[in-house]
Amino acid sequence: MKFAIQVNEGPYTHEASDTAYLFTRAALEKGHEIFRVFFYHDGVNNGTNLTTPPQDDRNVTNRWSELAAKHNLDLVVCVAAAQRRGIVDEGEMKRNGKSAQNIADGFRISGLGQLIEAGIQADRLVVFGD
Amino acid sequence: MLHIINKSPFERNSLESCLRTASKGSTLLFIEDGVYAALEGSAKADTLRQAMQDYTVCVLEPDLAARGIAAKAMDGIKRVDYAGFVDLVAESERVQSWL
Repeated sequence: MKFAIQVNEGPYTHEASDTAYLFTRAALEKGHEIFRVFFYHDGVNNGTNLTTPPQDDRNVTNRWSELAAKHNLDLVVCVAAAQRRGIVDEGEMKRNGKSAQNIADGFRISGLGQLIEAGIQADRLVVFGD
Repeated sequence: MLHIINKSPFERNSLESCLRTASKGSTLLFIEDGVYAALEGSAKADTLRQAMQDYTVCVLEPDLAARGIAAKAMDGIKRVDYAGFVDLVAESERVQSWL
């Protein structure tokens, strides 16, 4: 079955990004397809590569990146939410005259249409948030 | 239909909102702080016992265990792990997260 995942909450906030990750992993382990993970609202903060959590804590961003690399996942960050919160890729850096980029490996910035498409294409859309 | 509740009934009214609209025969799944709804003897226990007449009630076991209340959950609640969570979603044509 095809699943789409929406993450509305940032890492280290409550538990939604952890649950979303563990659910996504469990779905893949059961042989389901993850059509897309869409990061919306504060969820875009999952996609910054500038975080340095303590060594004995989980690294939420790296965990997503590693899962994406292993299973060829499409991790999409909402562009409008990203612009507000300073999640920047090379294109956004140039377009908006910023001095740096910080999008983590495996993530890409795109629009809300990607969420709509995921809702249409996937058999199930599961939302995790605050 | 699957209804996912992720906040404590002592913090938000998402459980009440869900119960107001969920049709009979639906499944409720408590995750994250939502698992506090499953606590035996709490002020919400009667609400949940009533809900169990009309709905299948499930709880994410790892989130119960993380809060140290795995032994204190009410009888009649189905415990699932993440694989079971995935199965519930796959079995349900529609999934609503009460955020």
